[in-house]
Amino acid sequence: MSAIQEVVTEAPAVEAVPKRAMTLGYGTSLAMLALLIVAPMFVKNFIIFQLTMLLIYALAVLALNILTGGSGQFSLGQSAFYAVGAYTSAILMEHAGVNYALTLPVAGVICFAFGFLFGQPALRLSGVYLALATFALATAMPQLLKLGVFEYWTGGVQGLVVTKPDAPFGLPMSQDMWLYYFTLAVSIAIYIFSVNLLKSRSGRAFMAIRDNEIAASAMGIDVALYKTLAFGVSAGITGVAGGLGAIAVQFVAPDSYTITLAINLFLGMVVGGVGWLPGSIVGSAFIIFVPNIAEGISKGLSGAVFGVLLFLVIFLVPHGARQVAIVTQQLIGKLKKN
Amino acid sequence: MTAMLNIRDLKAYYGQVQALHGLEFALNEGSVTTLLGANGAGKTTTLRAICNMVRSTGAIEFDGAPLSGRSTENIVRLGIAHVPQGRGTFTTLTVEENLQLGAITRRDKAGVVSDIERMYNHFPVLKERHTQQAGTLSGGEQQMLAVARALMLRPRLMLLDEPSFGLAPLIVRDLFKILGKINREDKVTILVVEQNAQLALELADKAYVIETGRIVMSGSAAEIANNEDVRKSYLGY
Amino acid sequence: MELFTNQILAGIATGAIYACMALAVVMIYQAIDHLNFAQGEMAMFSTFISWQLMQWGIPYWWAFLLTLALSFVGGIAIERLLFKPLAKAPILTNVAGFIALFAIINSVAGLIWDFTIKQYPTPFGSHPFLGSQLISTHQAGMIGVTVLLLVLLYFFFQFTRMGLAMRAAASLPESARLVGINTSWMIALGWGMAAAIGSIAGILIAPVVFLEPNMMGGVLIYGFAAAVLGGLTSPFGAVIGGFLVGIFENLAGTYIPGVGNELKLPIALALIITVLVVKPAGLFGRPIVKRV
Repeated sequence: MSAIQEVVTEAPAVEAVPKRAMTLGYGTSLAMLALLIVAPMFVKNFIIFQLTMLLIYALAVLALNILTGGSGQFSLGQSAFYAVGAYTSAILMEHAGVNYALTLPVAGVICFAFGFLFGQPALRLSGVYLALATFALATAMPQLLKLGVFEYWTGGVQGLVVTKPDAPFGLPMSQDMWLYYFTLAVSIAIYIFSVNLLKSRSGRAFMAIRDNEIAASAMGIDVALYKTLAFGVSAGITGVAGGLGAIAVQFVAPDSYTITLAINLFLGMVVGGVGWLPGSIVGSAFIIFVPNIAEGISKGLSGAVFGVLLFLVIFLVPHGARQVAIVTQQLIGKLKKN
Repeated sequence: MTAMLNIRDLKAYYGQVQALHGLEFALNEGSVTTLLGANGAGKTTTLRAICNMVRSTGAIEFDGAPLSGRSTENIVRLGIAHVPQGRGTFTTLTVEENLQLGAITRRDKAGVVSDIERMYNHFPVLKERHTQQAGTLSGGEQQMLAVARALMLRPRLMLLDEPSFGLAPLIVRDLFKILGKINREDKVTILVVEQNAQLALELADKAYVIETGRIVMSGSAAEIANNEDVRKSYLGY
Repeated sequence: MELFTNQILAGIATGAIYACMALAVVMIYQAIDHLNFAQGEMAMFSTFISWQLMQWGIPYWWAFLLTLALSFVGGIAIERLLFKPLAKAPILTNVAGFIALFAIINSVAGLIWDFTIKQYPTPFGSHPFLGSQLISTHQAGMIGVTVLLLVLLYFFFQFTRMGLAMRAAASLPESARLVGINTSWMIALGWGMAAAIGSIAGILIAPVVFLEPNMMGGVLIYGFAAAVLGGLTSPFGAVIGGFLVGIFENLAGTYIPGVGNELKLPIALALIITVLVVKPAGLFGRPIVKRV
């Protein structure tokens, strides 16, 4: 055992996205919003369902973006928080008859607490170590959900069926369409909240910690508080997404929330551009649609095709959709000059 | 006589920031040249540009052959040893391993072994500590190790970046004496970047003064050392 | 008490699997400073290649050597083709690359050899080792090969020129370049060696867990955990870590009530993480001092 300590002055593991660049301009945002509002009116119910899932996963990727892109903490465990949110909603709705909309804040708060608590021991870990810890959480969750002692509440291996709500006040729209608009409203609210969070003092604290934890602490930032806060917020948002997911899919079961989900959310974050909140929807689209495309190309080799497509994306745009946005912005700037 | 190292119109960039604005100078074989200037003037950048460790444009020729396009390790293999700022010692490896690494590109085993002995003669303290981890050595000792490691390459040109940094004056004197010896006896051409102008000028034949990425003064070391205006404006003494 | 010692011994026996995998993990880590999630799949693929060679009539030891060589070359090829282009990309993008590689290898293996379980031979036989009911000759062979690998790696790194160059490149890449080392090739070599070690791990593990494309999933995680526990910079630590993980896993299964097979993994990981919270650099790792 050597007495020599490795001295590391390393670049931050998560590249810094400047605060200003973390959101879209107003024009683009409004255009996106208009598109999202209008889209379901032209497509079938199943597509509307897929769009709802698009928003739901975008929320989960957004949460991961806050945690990793914002505060620099690596997490492969988001599926655990998603699962807790999903089951919270399901249990409240099916066992206690609670209105679906009310289950979401409860899911959010419970997951916030869960994330905040998990953040405590995670304080001492970073990088690969934190990855392993969150991975452990993600692999444990399906098993915990199957445990016999919880079976009355969780439905054990079979899970629980969840009732999809009708549109309120007798509005003339299908369940799917109503759920889509409900999800859209929740997503917009969370998005605005997240943007403001990152612009606020807390957000600046997160980013200071991401870029250089020691310097941040030397500047008087309560690193422990903000790191656990980041975990809590991220978990809370993921929990809300999970709750929405449970309602949209109409059931919860332990094997729906495996490490594969966590890995997919991670990939969604990278493809969207780490730390770039608007990219969350691009990342979500990738993880929902590309596996289907891959299977369409080759049923037997769907995994390989997915891998190849993923490689193509990261070779072309290693910084994700954010890179595309920046390049587009530059091109538009050049065109404007001419 | 063609210069050993010829630099023309050297511009260097850190991202979008331009650090060198068209440097020109040449080194003759066997000479000791010093590059002086204040902090941030571009002295380190110049050395890094020679070894292609920073993005640059312009012509750098070593023995008449251009260095552009070659990777750092290939430039080193041409016989240019670079003792970087901060010494770059492999702190987790032993003193002897550090020396062996200096010679890692050489094929002559016997030559390497005898060269290690020669280094121990130049720097007896290294012999004392040769099985110790390099990180446990003092600053001065690590600097000697860095110079010794560079010499293990049997370089024709040695670049030194602020060898006096953080060292006690007596140690720096000793170090510069050894550098002079190496230049004369082993015929190693030296380009040394220094903030400690006085000592550097004592050692060198020729001097260049850099300010914000441009050469503002050049001449023999004696001229520069005796020019009070230059000393006061650029060298701070 | 006897149950306890038996579980420890059994843990060491199963731990040999994780120790071998952990060696490959540490090998890659010291080359590229992070964990390669696709390493298990690479080992699995190598094992399938060796199986296929044997199906074609090539004797075990020739198949073994050929697979070793192919894996070495394959590891270098994968690095040069897929990860050298990503060298300047952010770390997380590289991690996405590992995941993509995982998906590709797993899928291709499934297509070529399908997902049915296959038997895989062991050169050590599977009788009780020295009459012990707990360790079979195969497991003893695994432990022996792992220890031999460790010794060979030690000699390689401590006493060869290439080993010294690799250590230098891993320790301080810029200084390594300044002594003429091609650090980019050192990374490729690291990948090659990790792939070769991984193939040995797979070949040793397959007789126990049976050969199928998903065989390495759990093993890789335990391998990571073992490497992290031992200290990611120490091959010796990786091996010790492997045995410890095997022991943890067994003890958890035996003594913690309600822990069936499924919960063993998270509990073992939880135990390891507890150790890390106390000793963040692992048991034998060098403590890392971070400067601002």
